[in-house]
Amino acid sequence: MTATHKALSLPGLETAYDALATAIDEVGAGKTELFLVKLALLNANALGDPEQFQQHLQAALKDL
Amino acid sequence: MHQPTTDPRPSIYYSYKVFQPWLPSANPAQQKQPVVIAGSGPAGMVTALELARHGVASVVLTPELQFSQGSRAICFTRRSMEILQQVGVADRMTEGGLPWRFGNSFYRGQRVFRMEAPHDADDRFFPIINVQQQFMEEYLFDACAASPLIDFRWGNKVTQVTQKNGFAEVQVDTPEGEYTLQADWLVAADGGRSPIRTALDLKLEGASYEGFFVIADIKIDLPLPTERLAYFDPEWNPGNTILMHREPHGIWRVDYQLPEGETPEEALQPESMKTRINAQLKMIGHEGTPWQMDWSSVYSARTLTLPDYVHGNVIFTGDAAHLLPIFGVRGANTAFQDAQSLGWHLAFLLKGLAGPKLLANHSTERVGAAREIIDEAGKSTRFMAPPSRGFRLLRDAVLSLSLSQAFVRPLYHWRTSRPHEYAGSMLNSAGDDNALFRAGPAHGAPPQNIRLSADDFLLDHLGGAFDLLYFTEAAAIPEPLQAVVAATRQRGIPLRVVAVGAAHPVTGADLTLADADGHFRHRYGVQASGAGYLLRPDQHVCARWLTLDANRLQAALNTALPQ
Ligand SMILES: Cc1cc2nc3c(=O)[nH]c(=O)nc-3n(C[C@H](O)[C@H](O)[C@H](O)COP(=O)(O)OP(=O)(O)OC[C@H]3O[C@@H](n4cnc5c(N)ncnc54)[C@H](O)[C@@H]3O)c2cc1C
Repeated sequence: MTATHKALSLPGLETAYDALATAIDEVGAGKTELFLVKLALLNANALGDPEQFQQHLQAALKDL
Repeated sequence: MHQPTTDPRPSIYYSYKVFQPWLPSANPAQQKQPVVIAGSGPAGMVTALELARHGVASVVLTPELQFSQGSRAICFTRRSMEILQQVGVADRMTEGGLPWRFGNSFYRGQRVFRMEAPHDADDRFFPIINVQQQFMEEYLFDACAASPLIDFRWGNKVTQVTQKNGFAEVQVDTPEGEYTLQADWLVAADGGRSPIRTALDLKLEGASYEGFFVIADIKIDLPLPTERLAYFDPEWNPGNTILMHREPHGIWRVDYQLPEGETPEEALQPESMKTRINAQLKMIGHEGTPWQMDWSSVYSARTLTLPDYVHGNVIFTGDAAHLLPIFGVRGANTAFQDAQSLGWHLAFLLKGLAGPKLLANHSTERVGAAREIIDEAGKSTRFMAPPSRGFRLLRDAVLSLSLSQAFVRPLYHWRTSRPHEYAGSMLNSAGDDNALFRAGPAHGAPPQNIRLSADDFLLDHLGGAFDLLYFTEAAAIPEPLQAVVAATRQRGIPLRVVAVGAAHPVTGADLTLADADGHFRHRYGVQASGAGYLLRPDQHVCARWLTLDANRLQAALNTALPQ
């Protein structure tokens, strides 16, 4: 995937990284999946681009 | 020997009448019939009534001596009412029915989605009306009994079907033994388990979902309006879904999904049902309100269809042709559309007004409709009763988000049954102006109803024949068009002309509708005189023109009746 002008800066990425990890810890094991799916849906809606969402899905499915 | 029960079925709100069986010994020897219909559910009876309207006689065979048990279908759509109006039972449906247009979805005690079905001043019927199936069957039966062209045979069960050369032969068992009946066409309207489908070894295509739902009809007095109520993931039934509907005669339907792993037998234990219904009543704030069970059963969602509805001289229709989830009220509402379509396609073939291609078109159109429903109902089903871990997780995420995020709420939409638009039908005219219209019903769509006066609507006047709506302010339909109309009628093709827009009766039209304020024209996207719409006998649009001439009318009629 190529970065677009909307990509995060490195500090921004680092902030997202920390925030996501902290939230996952906060949520606890039982609700992690639900939390992540909610987040994915919110992000998909904000993205507003079904094709790009598909690309993200494919990228995330790789090398698990 | 077939011995149907003669005990009236139990019911709190409906008195079952037990009819006398039709016995071969009391009737003359059987001649070959043009049409034999196996089954007297909504599909069978509407097919018989539509055929009769086109002058075609039929024999209806039904194994039981009374109407179906339990309420089964309760929600009938506007289009179903428009079809039932065609066969003369809409007034009786309206009399006893409960009309409605709002649906509510609840999660964690909060209403997260309210659906408002559009209701237009031009519509005679509400988006949905609730009537129990036995009443609907009674109305249809009374209409069948009043028709001299319908030979209705209670207590007659089809036991065997043989495809002969150009006709079908059925063995029929009665309380005094068997007889043989031959038919040019056998209509298999014998329901979801269709013994005829099994006998012909035909396979349905599609998916069956595992989640089971209990349907319980209870008598209870609840001070709630007639609206659809859906509850997701309630505390008393975690992860599952509950639906509630008000029915006439003080009855409520409670539908609830079973926890995974519970068998239908366990679920139908009276104690289990009592506990759950009480828990649901408690949740909606009516704990302790007395109620009585009328009827219960278990179902699971299936999205299956035969890939072709015509097999030799046997035609499948209604549940015999496809099995659809009831979410979005598909079963009976689809059966009406099947039957309406089959009625005219088969009648026109039998009367020699078109060739076998017309029947093939019926199958293509209705299989297309079933596939569209399967696609849509599949989405509703996957939301109501998620079939896998992934679907459950997504559904739960949406429930959770819906408390604060508006964008996910439309996912609660339960996609009510709607008429299929035969946009790609081979009966649609290729050389017309369909693509040039900016408004109005397009190729294959059912017509937009128009309110003409207080109790007078366009659809009260259409159907059962080809209808030409011709928009004109002139004193007469142009001569060349009149000539095509006359020649068409000469060939035995029923064609009516409705003139729209003139203040005085138009010569050459069977009916003139004034349209003084131009409302009708506006809704049909008509800007100038000389425009026209051609509607098939099932009312669906097959051609429309901004300027109609005789050649194009003739071409459209030729296309709509392939030889
Ligand atoms: C519990 C329940 C709840 C439902 N709720 C809804 C709802 O809310 N909304 C909705 O739209 N749909 C609902 N449905 C579905 C709806 O009832 C059916 O889709 C509808 O009745 C189908 O009509 P049909 O004429 O194709 O078949 P049916 O109504 O099943 O009629 C089949 C006919 O064939 C006859 N038959 C069977 N075997 C033979 C034989 N060997 N020879 C001759 N005749 C035979 C039967 O006696 C019957 O008369 C529900 C169904 C059930 C079971």
